[in-house]
Amino acid sequence: MTQPVDPIGPHDIGGHIDRDHGGAVDRAEHDYAHWERLVDAIIYVLRDKDVMNDAAQLRVGIETLGDDAYARMTYYERWAASTAAACINKGIITQTELDAKIDTLMAEKGLTP
Amino acid sequence: MNAGQRYDLGDRVRIDDRREPRHHRTPAFVKGQTGIVTRVCMDQAKPEDVAYFTMNGPRVPVYRIRMMQCDLWPDYTGKPDDTLDIEMHGHWLQPA
Amino acid sequence: MADFDHSNKGHDHTHPHPLQADHAEPQTREQFLGLALNALLVEKGIYEPEDIQRTIEGIEMVAPETHGARVVARAWVDPDFKVALLADGFAAVKSLGLDPGYAELTVLENTPNVHNVVVCTLCSCYPRSLLGRPPAWYKSGEYRARTVREPRAVLQEFGVAINDDKEVRVHDSNAELRYIVMPERPAGTEDWNEDALAALVTRDCMIGVAVPKIRTHNSKL
Repeated sequence: MTQPVDPIGPHDIGGHIDRDHGGAVDRAEHDYAHWERLVDAIIYVLRDKDVMNDAAQLRVGIETLGDDAYARMTYYERWAASTAAACINKGIITQTELDAKIDTLMAEKGLTP
Repeated sequence: MNAGQRYDLGDRVRIDDRREPRHHRTPAFVKGQTGIVTRVCMDQAKPEDVAYFTMNGPRVPVYRIRMMQCDLWPDYTGKPDDTLDIEMHGHWLQPA
Repeated sequence: MADFDHSNKGHDHTHPHPLQADHAEPQTREQFLGLALNALLVEKGIYEPEDIQRTIEGIEMVAPETHGARVVARAWVDPDFKVALLADGFAAVKSLGLDPGYAELTVLENTPNVHNVVVCTLCSCYPRSLLGRPPAWYKSGEYRARTVREPRAVLQEFGVAINDDKEVRVHDSNAELRYIVMPERPAGTEDWNEDALAALVTRDCMIGVAVPKIRTHNSKL
């Protein structure tokens, strides 16, 4: 590169081996947890129902999570957060409802929200 | 911005390195780089539009652009003939 | 051969791969968020639980062995199909009764001169309709950052050494195109049937981080 170009966001990491991503690729295989399969499916169903019509609508939500959140969150946590934000922006749910539901579900499992 | 210009196989093109605050699919590592059109793909809607639910914006041509790895990375440790192909929407291209 | 069948068999949770320890049961707000979102969307009538279940089942029916590998094996045995596949992957895959996905599909042919490998640096675009869900490593920062810049080193880590006189071509899948790699057909398989050939074509071969291997004790002829 003749001159450095700013990355679009925390997701724009092609070639950035001198930042955090220069190590060996962890090739361990994992099955997906139920909650991850659910998040995965929600995205497809929302497209089937025309609530979303393009993956770009969810990518932008991930790309604008902020550097710290992007780094801290795992893959499906990011997708869940972006999908929820899109649903809030579309007026389908509210942040208050979402927070309350998370509290309820965690309490049902005996976890402190 | 030549969104309407059509390129042909073998054309030499340069990828814009302009700032774009909206969602877009031109990674930093190819901005400002030059390559050759190796495939003319289907027209697509612009990511800058569809990400924000503008579904009826103008469709633009999409091309596969081939670049030499030695051009992309000054310290490239592979071989001189190694290449990288990437898709590029027409509105990100200029003739080189 | 690894078993990629992840279909939910009722309450039998025998999985070929362990769940990642900190992901298995949701613990944090971020992990419960998806469950909460799902509950709300059902409550508000956006979709039914059956829509989700059907979608998961459909996703889990796609495996590299039964989908992507069939396409490659067919191309290996049928020269006309191979020409059609390389010209228009979408139409050719459809002609086999398989779902090519919603994006333009491009099949990348490995040759004696070129080895292809696919990555999505910006996110995780992947030919899911032919290969199922991507492995975690495909979505990792290390794979996405390093494959475009030092592909031979990444391939080496995956156990693939490419000769000096062969070009390594990396494909960054950043628009609505999807790619699978058609590996070179191994020598000595000229009399093999399509099923046996398909068994050689693993998921990693079709991403480009592996090449088909004939096990010397292979009895699948």
